[in-house]
Amino acid sequence: MKKYGIYFFILALSLTVLTGCSKGCKPDDIKVITIMTHDSFSISEGIIGIFEKENNVNVRFIKSGDAGAALNQAILSRENPLADIFYGVDNTFMSRALKAGIFVSYDSPLLSAVDDRFELDTEHSLLPVDYSDICLNYDKAWFKDRGIAPPESLEDLIKPEYKGLSVVENPATSSPGLGFLLATIGHFGSEHYLDYWKELRKNDVLVTDGWEDAYWGQFSAASEGVRPIVVSYASSPPAEVHFSQKPLDEAPTAAVTAPGTAFRQIEFAGILKGCKNPEIARKLIDFMLDKTFQEDIPLQMFVFPVNSKARLPEVFARHARLAEEPVKVSPEDIAQNREQWIEAWTINVLR
Amino acid sequence: MKTIKTRYSMIIAGVPLVFLAVFYFYPLIRIFNLSLISDGTWNLEGFGKLVSTPYYVRTLWFTTWQAAVSTVLTLIIALPGAYVFARYRFSGKNILQSFTAIPFVLPSVVVAAAFHALLGPRGILNTWLMNDFAFATPPIKLDHTIWFILMAHVFYNYTVVLRIVGSAWSRLQPSLTEAAHMLGASPWKTFRKITFPLLFPSISAASLLVFIFCFSSFGVILILGGPRYATIEVEIYRQAVHIFNLPMAAALSLIQICFTFVFMWVYTTLQRRASITLYPESRSATQKKPVGRRQKIIVWANILVMVIMLGSPLIALVIQSFRAPDGFSLVFYRAIFANRAQSIFYVPPVEAIAYSVGFAFAALVLSLIIGGCAATFIARGGKRITSILDPVFMLPLATSAVTLGFGYIIALDRPPLNLRTSMILIPLAHTLVAYPFVVRSILPALRSIPENLRESAAMLGASPFQAWMKVVMPIVRRSIVVGAVFAFTVSIGEFGATVFVARPQTPTMPLAIYRFLGQPGIMNYGQAMAMSTLLMLVTAAGFLFLERIRITSGGEF
Repeated sequence: MKKYGIYFFILALSLTVLTGCSKGCKPDDIKVITIMTHDSFSISEGIIGIFEKENNVNVRFIKSGDAGAALNQAILSRENPLADIFYGVDNTFMSRALKAGIFVSYDSPLLSAVDDRFELDTEHSLLPVDYSDICLNYDKAWFKDRGIAPPESLEDLIKPEYKGLSVVENPATSSPGLGFLLATIGHFGSEHYLDYWKELRKNDVLVTDGWEDAYWGQFSAASEGVRPIVVSYASSPPAEVHFSQKPLDEAPTAAVTAPGTAFRQIEFAGILKGCKNPEIARKLIDFMLDKTFQEDIPLQMFVFPVNSKARLPEVFARHARLAEEPVKVSPEDIAQNREQWIEAWTINVLR
Repeated sequence: MKTIKTRYSMIIAGVPLVFLAVFYFYPLIRIFNLSLISDGTWNLEGFGKLVSTPYYVRTLWFTTWQAAVSTVLTLIIALPGAYVFARYRFSGKNILQSFTAIPFVLPSVVVAAAFHALLGPRGILNTWLMNDFAFATPPIKLDHTIWFILMAHVFYNYTVVLRIVGSAWSRLQPSLTEAAHMLGASPWKTFRKITFPLLFPSISAASLLVFIFCFSSFGVILILGGPRYATIEVEIYRQAVHIFNLPMAAALSLIQICFTFVFMWVYTTLQRRASITLYPESRSATQKKPVGRRQKIIVWANILVMVIMLGSPLIALVIQSFRAPDGFSLVFYRAIFANRAQSIFYVPPVEAIAYSVGFAFAALVLSLIIGGCAATFIARGGKRITSILDPVFMLPLATSAVTLGFGYIIALDRPPLNLRTSMILIPLAHTLVAYPFVVRSILPALRSIPENLRESAAMLGASPFQAWMKVVMPIVRRSIVVGAVFAFTVSIGEFGATVFVARPQTPTMPLAIYRFLGQPGIMNYGQAMAMSTLLMLVTAAGFLFLERIRITSGGEF
C-alpha cells in the first residue's frame, strides 16, 4: 500500500487546489464590484484599499488578455456581463465599443476637472481616464557615440543615414503599431501615407508583431538588438529611469515629440449595461477620475492622468514629455477605415 | 459477460466524451453559432473569402509545410537521442532527461530573448565571429527568418520524440536486433527491417504530436518569425481580436479543425495497420553501460547535441538573470520578492509557483483520468468507432485558444456551468491541451500488449481488475509517467488559453513573466529573466519528483 501513498498525495493536493476557492473567495457580507480590464492595467494596492474601506465593498479585477481581446469578451458577454466596469477602451477601439452598445452613460461630476479634448464620447458612455502619446523613441548613447543627429521628424527616418535603424510594430497586431500607422496617416494624409511607408521599407525598416519583441528584442537601448529607433510611448523614458537598477540622472532613451509625429491614445472606462451594482459602479468611476487615483496612474501604467488637478510624480515631471501637436484622426475615421488602412499597409510593407 | 463488458467500455469512453462535450464542443458550437448564423441564416461569407483570397490559401500552405519540415527535422535530430536514452545507462541520465523538457514550458518571448543572446546580431556567437574572423557585419542573421522558426520548433519538441520513442525503444528486446546481426544484416538494414517497423507506432505518435503542435504554432511564429509569416492560428487571433471579424475567425477555426481531423484520420489508419504486439522487455535487460570507443562516442555525441541545441539557450537565459548593468548580482532576484511598485497585481513568486504547480498537478490528474480512459477505449474498441473517436480526441490540441476562450465566455455563463470566473477553468483548459499527450504516450504501449498475456492471467484465476493491475499496469506504467510528465509540462507552461481564463488573483508563472515584460526598464527585463529561471527550476524539480515515482514504485517494465 505504501507505494500508492504518493498517488494519494498528488490526488489530495489537486483536490485541495480545485476546491480551495469555495471558501475565502466569496465573502457574503460585503458587496463585490468587478472591473474588467486588459493585461497592462495596474494600480497601487493602497489606493484600491481606500475605496474599499470608504464604501464597504470589495473590488475585484478580471484581466482578459490585451486591450482588443478584453473588449471583445466584454461585448460577447453583454447578455450577462462579467463585470460592473470596463476599463481600457482606447480611441482606436472606441467606435467598436459604442456600436456594440455595452455601456450606460454617466455624467460624472468629476468630468469638470477633465479637459474637453479628452471627452470624445459626448454621451459619456465612455469616460476618459488616462492618455499617452505613441511616438518614436531613440537610444541617446547610440547617436551620441556615432556623432549622428537623432531623429526629429517622421521624414528623418527615410533619409539614407537612417537606413536600417528603425523598428516598428505591426498595426494589425499591436496597439502602438496601429498608433504609429495613424500618426503617419494623420501627418501625410490618407492619400500619401503609403508612399512614406514604401520609402521606409526601402530604408530597411524592421517590423515586429508586438511591442515586447520590438523593445526587448530589437531596440539597442534595451536589448541585444542593433536598432536605435523604436516605436514606443512618450512616457517610456521615465519608465527607463524609474525601473533602472541604479538611480539615473538622465534617461537612456528619448522620445520624439515634435509636432505631427505622435498619435495620442486616450483610454476610457465605462459602466457595463446590466451590471449588478450600478450605484457603486458610479462611485468607482468618480473615484477613478478623482485626484487620488489619477495621481497613482503615472507610476503604475506609465501614462498621463486626464484630471488636470492631478500632480505628476517627480520622475514624470523631469523625464516625461508630451507630444507638442499630436496628429488628429477621429474615432469615426478610424472605425470606418481601420481594416482598409491595415490591409493596404500589410500589402505594401510586408508582402 | 458480454453486457458487462459493453457497459464497462461505455463508461471508459463516456468519461472523455462527456468532458469533451461540455468543455470543448458545447463552447465551440455556441461561438460558431454566434459567428456564422445571423438572424437565422448562415453567413458563409468567410468561407468564400477563404477560398478566393490567395493570401489565405498561402497561409494554409505555409502552416502545413512549416509543420511538416519542423517535424522531420525534430525526428532527425531527436531519434539518435531516443536510441541512446533507451539503450544506455550513464550517470546524470535522469537529470539530462528532465532538462530536455524544460524548453517546453518557456514563453516564446523568453525563448526569443535566449536565442537573441546567443545568435542575435550582438549575441555571443556573432560577436566572436566578428572579432576573431574579421567579419564586418554579423554573419549569422536568423531573426525573422524561417530558420529561426524551424530551430525553435526543434528546440521545443525535441523532448516529445525523445520521450515517446525512447520509452518504446527501451521496451524492445535487444535479442531481436542481435539475431538480425547474426544472420548477417548490416546495422542499417537491421534498423530498416526490424527496429523501425517495431518503433513505427511510437515514432508516428510522436510525429503527430509534433506536427499538430507546429501546425497550431502561435508565439514562435509571431515573435521569432516576425509579421511576414502567419499560420492559421495567428490569422485566427488577428481576425478575432484585432478586426473582430468573428465569421472569418470561425471559418478559419473550422478549417483548422477539419485539417487536424484529416491528418489524424490518416494517421489512425496508418497506425492500426502498423501495430505489432510484442512481449515487452524490462529495462534492466535492455540498457547497459556504453563500452568501447564506438558506443562511448555515440552516447557523448548525443549528449553534446542536447547540450548545444537545448542547453546553451537555457544557460544564456540564466546568465541574463544574473547580469545587471554593473556586473553579476542577485538584484533581479531580490526585486521579484519585493513589491517595489506597490501594485495591487504584484505576484509574490512563491504564490505564482504555488498556483502554477497546483494547477499543473490538478491538470495532471485530470489528464491521466481522461487520457487514460480515452487510450484504453481506443486500444480495445472496434475499428469503425475508434477511427472516428481517435481523431476527435486529438482535436483540442489544434484548436485556437482565442476561439475556445470566446466560446467559454458565452457558453459557461449560467448555472450549473457558471464557470467563467472560476479558477477551476484553468486546470480544465490546461487538461484539454494536455490529455492528448497522455493518449499518445499510453496508446502505443497498450496496443503492444499481446492479448494472450491478459488471457493467461484470466485463466490462472485473476479477476479483470487483478489482470489489469498485475499485467497491463506494469507494462504501461512507464508510458503513464511519460504522459504525466507531459501533462505537467504543458500545464505549467501554458499561456495562450491561460490568458483568457486566469484571474489576477491566481496568476501562473508565465503570466507573471509577461507582466514584467509589459513595461520598459532594465529592472522589468531582469525580473522577467529571473522569473523564467525560477520557472525552469520549478519545472525541473517537478520532473525529478515525477521520475522518482517511477523509480520507487518498482516492479516495472
